[in-house]
Amino acid sequence: MGTRSSATAARAIIGALMLVATLALAQAPDPVLDARLRKLESELRCLVCQNQTLADSDASLAGDLRREVRALAVAGKSDGEIKDYLVARYGDFILYNPPVKSSTWLLWFGPLLLLVAGGVIWLAIIRRRRGPGRSDGDDDPSGGAAVRDETIAKAKQMLYEEP
Amino acid sequence: MKALRWFLPLAIFLVLVAFLGVGLTRDPREVPSPLVGKPAPAFDLERLHEAGKRLSTADLKGQVWLLNVWASWCVSCRVEHPLLMQLAKANVVPVIGLDYKDKPSDGRAWLAEHGDPYRMSVIDQDGRAGIDWGVYGVPETFVVDKQGIIRFKQIGPVTVESLEQKIIPLVRELQKS
Repeated sequence: MGTRSSATAARAIIGALMLVATLALAQAPDPVLDARLRKLESELRCLVCQNQTLADSDASLAGDLRREVRALAVAGKSDGEIKDYLVARYGDFILYNPPVKSSTWLLWFGPLLLLVAGGVIWLAIIRRRRGPGRSDGDDDPSGGAAVRDETIAKAKQMLYEEP
Repeated sequence: MKALRWFLPLAIFLVLVAFLGVGLTRDPREVPSPLVGKPAPAFDLERLHEAGKRLSTADLKGQVWLLNVWASWCVSCRVEHPLLMQLAKANVVPVIGLDYKDKPSDGRAWLAEHGDPYRMSVIDQDGRAGIDWGVYGVPETFVVDKQGIIRFKQIGPVTVESLEQKIIPLVRELQKS
């Protein structure tokens, strides 16, 4: 009878230990997963407070979505699959990096377009300045330099000489 | 050339003003849902009033219905509530309530106090069904057609205008088809 009860007690203790071990494993911090989730969540927008990432937001929905993202990551889903899951429900708006597609071409390539346009205008202005028929002095050693020297002399006279 | 020099900055300025002007008329809180035009996400949830009994999206196939996401903690739900009561009285379309992230007892108490406009309410206590439906700002209202496709989504409380101009005409049209 004594052996039987001690066996039961032992079994109970082992059971309890196993339960503790499982709980400990479940709660064990996983720095790799945490870092991955932290990075992923910082690329996702919280829809409640729209200028905060999912990682930074205290909104209740953000908490739910973090929980969902973690569950998917633990289930072995890739970052791309997790993003697809969220985009299917909330749209591209949830991504801080909008995807490149026909409706976002202007957004992605607009700055480049502006740069090119600026470059073209700049070139046109430079060309016009250097073009024939006008002389700013530098390109025209024959008459321009003489005119310039004369102007400088006149300016000096006006500045430094007593009237 | 000289005219262009004066005109170009003015033109750029006017284009900018036009863009910003249009931007002012838009509500940044209204994010267009990718679910409009897609099949309504399936749910199978416990009913708020008949504990143990469930309601699934499959049960609703073959009729036009509205899903209204509400909660007892939701302040703007009170704003739209009288309109939903009128809609229920007019018996235009069955409205299913999704009691979102709410304690069932609080939800029941809220309906008992304010009136229950819903054909039936289901409980989404952990907000999972809400996530599937892309809910982010309660209240939200979806119009689902006979084939189970979402045809319209209203973010925020329904208004007299949105009911009269959008939701009811759309429901009537869908019911005919």
